[in-house]
Amino acid sequence: MKYVDEFRQKDIARKLAGDIARAADTGRSYNIMEFCGGHTHAIFRYGVQDLMPDNVKFVHGPGCPVCVLPIPRIDAAIELADRHGAIVCTYGDMMRVPASKKNSLIKAKAAGADIRMVYSTQDALQIARDTPEREVVFFAIGFETTTPPTAVAIKVAAAEGLKNFSVFCNHVLTPAAISHILQSPELRELGQVSIDGFLGPSHVSSIIGSAPYDFFAEEFQKPVVIAGFEPLDVMQSALMLIRQVNEGRYEVENEYTRVVTPEGNQIAKDLMAEVFTLRRSFEWRGLGEVPYSALKIAEAYGDWDAEKRFEITKSTGADVKGCECPAILRGVKKPTDCKLFGTVCTPDNPQGSCMVSSEGSCAAYWSFGRFRMDRVKEAAE
Amino acid sequence: MNAMEKRFPTRINFRRGQVDMTHGSGGRAMAQLIEELFVKHFDNDLLRQGNDQAMFTPPQGRLVMSTDGHVVSPLFFPGGNIGSLSVHGTINDVAMSGARPLYLSAGFILEEGFPLTDLERIVVSMAEASREAGVPVVTGDTKVVERGKGDGVFITTTGVGVVPDGLDISGANARPGDAILVSGPIGDHGVAIMSSRENLAFDTSIVSDSAALHGLIAEMVAAVPDINCLRDPTRGGLAATLNEIAFQSRVGMRLNEDSIPMRPEVDAACELLGLDPLYVANEGKLVAICPAEKAAQLLAVMQGHAQGGGGAIIGEVIADDMGFVTMETGFGGTRIVDWLAGEQLPRIC
Repeated sequence: MKYVDEFRQKDIARKLAGDIARAADTGRSYNIMEFCGGHTHAIFRYGVQDLMPDNVKFVHGPGCPVCVLPIPRIDAAIELADRHGAIVCTYGDMMRVPASKKNSLIKAKAAGADIRMVYSTQDALQIARDTPEREVVFFAIGFETTTPPTAVAIKVAAAEGLKNFSVFCNHVLTPAAISHILQSPELRELGQVSIDGFLGPSHVSSIIGSAPYDFFAEEFQKPVVIAGFEPLDVMQSALMLIRQVNEGRYEVENEYTRVVTPEGNQIAKDLMAEVFTLRRSFEWRGLGEVPYSALKIAEAYGDWDAEKRFEITKSTGADVKGCECPAILRGVKKPTDCKLFGTVCTPDNPQGSCMVSSEGSCAAYWSFGRFRMDRVKEAAE
Repeated sequence: MNAMEKRFPTRINFRRGQVDMTHGSGGRAMAQLIEELFVKHFDNDLLRQGNDQAMFTPPQGRLVMSTDGHVVSPLFFPGGNIGSLSVHGTINDVAMSGARPLYLSAGFILEEGFPLTDLERIVVSMAEASREAGVPVVTGDTKVVERGKGDGVFITTTGVGVVPDGLDISGANARPGDAILVSGPIGDHGVAIMSSRENLAFDTSIVSDSAALHGLIAEMVAAVPDINCLRDPTRGGLAATLNEIAFQSRVGMRLNEDSIPMRPEVDAACELLGLDPLYVANEGKLVAICPAEKAAQLLAVMQGHAQGGGGAIIGEVIADDMGFVTMETGFGGTRIVDWLAGEQLPRIC
């Protein structure tokens, strides 16, 4: 696999590991938050932490699209299929995320709701074309990366006059979430979390560019390095962050220059601006209400907005008692700090959203890294 | 003209016809389907007796028996179809005990409206696979369900075999220090199936590895009778199989990612689809675990056989109460290779 394998080479990794060990000041620690689940996955999948000195730690951020969606939104998707009889199309990861009352999309499907796993918005559009007598709702989730395809789907539906298709929009925005984390009392006042720098999103930044991060690098005096998703990208970016910290700099640097430009993808941004508008506020699992952190479908395309087409009950569903997903998503706690981790909550029986997707911290810890954990061994004895 | 031909004045139209409820009703239509399709293609002495069971004298030794239902979607895929798969799958399950497979049975659940031309194609390919393997289908059953209650055809096959004396092969027999071998590149079947799914069609040269492995196994156990475990990594892939054995044997395993054979096309397809090839199904590969000092000899035997040409030693069994299967990654770190959670890819076999 040319073009990919070169970012996974062991000898370069060893050399970088040596550079990092030399650069890291043994008199201090470096806590690097990787915002994206894609980075979390790469760190565990390739064992990147093993190549880091002990004083360089990764703090896992909230950038996993299925992890941050609060329970009421999943309840709403189930209601669309259940009560309104719509065909609800969703990406696979969403199927097992716990909803309230021990429900989930996959359980609702087993109980008879018409919920279908799709690989792209195009699949959902095709289902709508093939079944004109049924309402078809695309359950849209994700950060800026998955937003342009949803915009395209809505425009296609409008152009074709596809009356039975609509979108349940849950697209969220990265910069707002990072700012929110940096403003959280745990970070600013209580000092519970110390974050020395950020690995910036890779795919998200390919859309929005690197410029949106300038504000909070300056405002919060934290360095940001936009990093690709390959393990060598992660290591190189960690080294760049360590150097910034050592030199007292807090700049936005771009390690992922092979894809990300300062301005991002103007065509995609124009599409998003045409089809979506900002929500005044949106609830995130873990972060609570975050102002201007999500998108809704613009007035001009209101006919394809599932929230306008269907009456959705306001769900008050809350996370399972004892579930630490909220604190884990803020980087305040580690998966192993949660009492449910590995006891009642495993990937086979997830209680919280972080245990579902391979991009979620708990699932990554459990599936790739738990052999390091003494706690699990003790629990088994 | 014999009595049989008088019973069915016109022959079944396999080109245009379709399955209807009468084909499973126990009446003349069913008898005709059995005669003109199943008996014709599976043709062997035991089947031709025409009884509801096949009668045979078992050879000396321990008998093994295994059964497997096949629901693969789509029914036809690059490198095979549900028919050949249902023969290979059960032969392999029998053979993973070290046994020589003897006979198969086949149960068909057909959906009303299923084209007879497709059914014939499936039965012909089953018959070919069975003949090639030297394991006849000696008894069978056909049922028909109403349209919408099935998905074309489901096939359940059962196999019996006999284990040569002196073998003790079980998933519970892996010992710390043993070597772990795999017979060739992993992930071909799963990727071939995915490439032919309607909603995910992509062009690839990958074909399913679906194959009967009893010939390879016969040579392996003849050369190295103290093989401890054999298993075919089907659903859940290599990862699931190794975790099952680690659990049964109460041991851990340490793998080396760089030594696990994989075709570049499979690697690339998995990268594109976000799949981990360790979890992707195989239908013509096996995992063998044997004492370390026999590993080189066993590998040489495998590599000398058509079904084991791409074989490799991929890791070792270690003592570990937790039963973790870990892997040194190609990148130089370490990770767990866990059980599969949820469903990576439904209806793969």
